[in-house]
Amino acid sequence: MGKRFWNEYQKTIAKDRYFYERSCIRQTFFPGSEAAFINILRNDLGLDIYDSSHQHTCTGIGYHADVVPFETTMTIVARLFSLMAEKGYENYVPSCVTSFGVITEIVEKWNENPALLEQARELLYKATGRTFEIPKNIAHPSDIIYAYREELKSKMKYQLVNRFTGKPLRIVEHIGCHYAKIFPKHGVGNAEFPYVLAGMIESWGGEVIDYPERRHCCGFGFRQYLVQENRGYSVSNSRKKFESMEPFEPDFIVCNCPGCTMFLDKWQYTIAEMEHKTYDKDGYGIPVLTYEEMAGLLLGYDPWELGLQLHQVQSESLMNKIGIQYNPNDKYKGYNGKILPLPNKPSVLKV
Amino acid sequence: MSKIAIIGAGAAGIEVAAILSKQHDIDLYEKEAAPLCNIRNKALLFPDFTPADEVADQMAAKLNNPRIATHYGMNITNLQKGQSGWQLTDATGTTHNADYVVLASGYEVFDAHKKEELGYGIYPGVITSLDLEKMVKTGKITNNMGDTPKTISFLQCVGSRDEKSGNNYCSKVCCVTAVKQAIEVRKMLPDTTVYVFYMDLRMWGQGFEEMYRTAQEEYGINFVRGRISEAASTYDQRVQLKAEDTLMGLPLNMSTDLLVLMVGMCPSEGTAQLANAAGIAGKYNFAQSVSEHLCDNLTTQEGLFVAGACKRPMSVNDTIQDARATAVTILEKIS
Repeated sequence: MGKRFWNEYQKTIAKDRYFYERSCIRQTFFPGSEAAFINILRNDLGLDIYDSSHQHTCTGIGYHADVVPFETTMTIVARLFSLMAEKGYENYVPSCVTSFGVITEIVEKWNENPALLEQARELLYKATGRTFEIPKNIAHPSDIIYAYREELKSKMKYQLVNRFTGKPLRIVEHIGCHYAKIFPKHGVGNAEFPYVLAGMIESWGGEVIDYPERRHCCGFGFRQYLVQENRGYSVSNSRKKFESMEPFEPDFIVCNCPGCTMFLDKWQYTIAEMEHKTYDKDGYGIPVLTYEEMAGLLLGYDPWELGLQLHQVQSESLMNKIGIQYNPNDKYKGYNGKILPLPNKPSVLKV
Repeated sequence: MSKIAIIGAGAAGIEVAAILSKQHDIDLYEKEAAPLCNIRNKALLFPDFTPADEVADQMAAKLNNPRIATHYGMNITNLQKGQSGWQLTDATGTTHNADYVVLASGYEVFDAHKKEELGYGIYPGVITSLDLEKMVKTGKITNNMGDTPKTISFLQCVGSRDEKSGNNYCSKVCCVTAVKQAIEVRKMLPDTTVYVFYMDLRMWGQGFEEMYRTAQEEYGINFVRGRISEAASTYDQRVQLKAEDTLMGLPLNMSTDLLVLMVGMCPSEGTAQLANAAGIAGKYNFAQSVSEHLCDNLTTQEGLFVAGACKRPMSVNDTIQDARATAVTILEKIS
């Protein structure tokens, strides 16, 4: 791929002292990713990140589904900001791309319409007696991993290289819509070719695949899946992407949005059941990782601590390509040492 | 007899120089090593398909005049009004004096790299209208693999009428240029299918509308009303397009061997720099005349005149006519 004009566009990313807002989807489906992010920041980079036990929803899914009114969302975001302010933090880090979109949208609206900001202050105070400050910096966790990608590289045990061929792994990166499509200025590399994940991939030895449906919806698209009858649209969107990327033979997909990770992962099972089709040569599907899982694997984190076994498409073939050491006997071992109930095997997709 | 400096040896600068040199000494400054680069970059001129070099040769012949001193490769970077006349400063810091100055520093094409979603500089199958002119001039149109393209698609209004790129104005010449180039393609490659994606086709000049009709009826060129939203590379290095056909009311997903971006006209770097230095910069950094209706060659600065596409997008023939008007205005002023 040739030089991209906006490649060097950089947003401001705070260097330290972050207030972390967790993601409802990620805590449910990829809890290891959030834990890995905190561990990477605290243990590998020595940074200060505050993980509040009093936090709550950003309302993102309800907001985009038109069941939570704007005023409610605004007030709930104000409460999250008040949690940050009372702990003395100024740099806000929402784990989820949807939260990132909600937060940046609310702040943008407050900047453009001070009356809304006053309304938020009043609503929050009346409801909780709390006050808040607007964060000085809002960055997505993928921004922070991107900003520290070279420091992390120096600590990594592995690279994104196929140990059998010596060639870079070929990777599809998929950026959540609410990362840069709402406000391009808030995305590293702008909106057309966001560089946040591509920068990590290139720094860590991999090769980014550019394919025709690169910008197409992952299949999450709130209204496509919230109403069960609409889920065919969701599957068809994911399928369109898989069909487009298949000829490029990706080794794996990496996402910075929980919805994208979930649907690109799980719909591979659905499509396999519906059409007896998988998108790799061997019938295992294309592994879909979060950026923390990608970074954690290369840093030598235990893949089962990262939670890779919770994905629909399993990652052993990818780990074998990289040469990552893991114990297959620990895959379904719980914290108490007992083996957890094993999941059922799909009829088509190999695991 | 006055000493007149003309900045820019394109069609406008040369035409003004040719007329004024009958009575005055002219210094003609050009930052490039040769005159008429913008015209010589083209193969054929609309609407009558006159070879661009033929026009350029005739223009260049006007410079064979002992009262016109040409200064090629001299980049004028500053323009200031002095006590008695004007001071021009070149890139080396040398100053040149003149009683009167004509700014004829023209345009440059929009940098298509800025529209990343269209893939210029990223995918080899995406080229600009200027790149295509050069291909037509060499007599060979090929895709990035060196093969004859089976499909060529043109996209209008790249960097024009486009709020995202900051250029809300119409570049005026791209519509008819696309029609001209589409016909050239079909003449050279009769088996190639040609699509032109447009918002609306502005066939404003004499013969333009007829050429548009000819393109459809005789050359079978497909005009699609709609924008291309993004381009990408297919696995076999063709260009994948996402567009909308607004007349059909349908999205359009297709691939093409070459995508030609019809790049608009922007003020040249010199135009923007000198217009600002002299205090006559208008919208988008084009040079601003006193009045487009009544004094389109005068500026608010005494002794500084403007000619051609440094003011706004302009065709070659309009540029020459405008330059003649500038010359007449100057003669009226200083006689």
